[in-house]
Amino acid sequence: MGAVQLEITAVLNAVLYFTGCFSLSGYRVSSDGKPPKFQPPPKPVIIDRKTQKEERRFLSPEFIPPRGRTDPLKYYLERKDMIQRRKVFNIPEFYVGSVLAVTTADPYASDKSKRFVGICIQRGGKGLGATFVLRNVIEDQGVEICYELYSPRIQAIEYSTFDVNMKPVPRMDHEEIPVNKLQVRMKPKPWSKRWERPKYNIKGIKFELPEHKMKAAQKWSQPWLEFDMLREYDTSKIEAKIRKELSEELGK
Amino acid sequence: MLGFFGVGYQMALLNRRFGLSLTHLSNAVIQRQFSITGACQAIQKLTRVRVVDNSALGNTPYHRPPKCIHVYNKTGVGKVGDKILLAIKGEKKKALIVGHKMPGPTMTPRFDSNNVVLIEDNGNPIGTRIKTPISCTLRRREGEFSKVLAIARNFV
Repeated sequence: MGAVQLEITAVLNAVLYFTGCFSLSGYRVSSDGKPPKFQPPPKPVIIDRKTQKEERRFLSPEFIPPRGRTDPLKYYLERKDMIQRRKVFNIPEFYVGSVLAVTTADPYASDKSKRFVGICIQRGGKGLGATFVLRNVIEDQGVEICYELYSPRIQAIEYSTFDVNMKPVPRMDHEEIPVNKLQVRMKPKPWSKRWERPKYNIKGIKFELPEHKMKAAQKWSQPWLEFDMLREYDTSKIEAKIRKELSEELGK
Repeated sequence: MLGFFGVGYQMALLNRRFGLSLTHLSNAVIQRQFSITGACQAIQKLTRVRVVDNSALGNTPYHRPPKCIHVYNKTGVGKVGDKILLAIKGEKKKALIVGHKMPGPTMTPRFDSNNVVLIEDNGNPIGTRIKTPISCTLRRREGEFSKVLAIARNFV
């Protein structure tokens, strides 16, 4: 559709240009005797909404197979099982940092189910063993639970309820998604890990360490790592294939 | 990892003893240098634990935190539902582990501190209420821990 639009506008522009050349203005003598100034044709503004929408679509990270020498048949079979599960049970799109409420089956609870609300702090695992960790602070006690996405014990995953009076902020498709710029302060050292080192790549935490300590921590940075070609894993083709597969299967 | 928890615990103890809030001190960057052994994360001998019930023995401040001195287990490592021997305020007391920092099997909760409930030799809890959330896996052993589960309020 976008290509057709481009063609039409190109043809139109060509027509405009040529009419400009052979039109009256070329032959007409203007009032002050000079040839009229050449007006370049207006640039075509192509608003391609469809491709923009396709870029935004979410593919759950556990579908992308890890880099390795295993037979892709194994991942294909796993994906089939994952799609089967997704047909029966809705797994919403969520990221690290989203607040979720999970209901699991529990034989020992009074009404046989348990509900836990928390913020997602980690998403790991590939294939059917994909997990996510929810964290919450209950009665001054921090609790983290690691749930398996495809476990049959999970009865529902939903976004935790927000205030009823909150209205969704309308956003244009091409605008950037707003990111929370809150910076968290750390407790005094000692820490369980040296979080100021660049290996952990922490964003969103304000380390109140003196300058020379932060500089000393940068000694352990490995700036060559992002250019290491052996570590490159281009998932664009794999992702496109998996997207097509998913849209076919889930569309049925 | 235990030291990280220990700093907060010591501050809490100080607060209780002097009845003042020393939060203005905690705002400044205090670099405490003390060595900690690597965390084993589950509960074994000499781990400092946190007593979560409302018993007098568990809640009165003392200059030393309660420490585990024996785990009643074939391996010396205690997980949720194991009985341990605690040294509190110069006396020995049995206790039940209700949650630890070590990540357990998936779908089970992982707490930010090693929680413990004081218990008599016959299994009766000393306190009367447990406010902090307790792992649901304890419910499986309803027979042994029925009295502890009865005084617990939140299950996670």
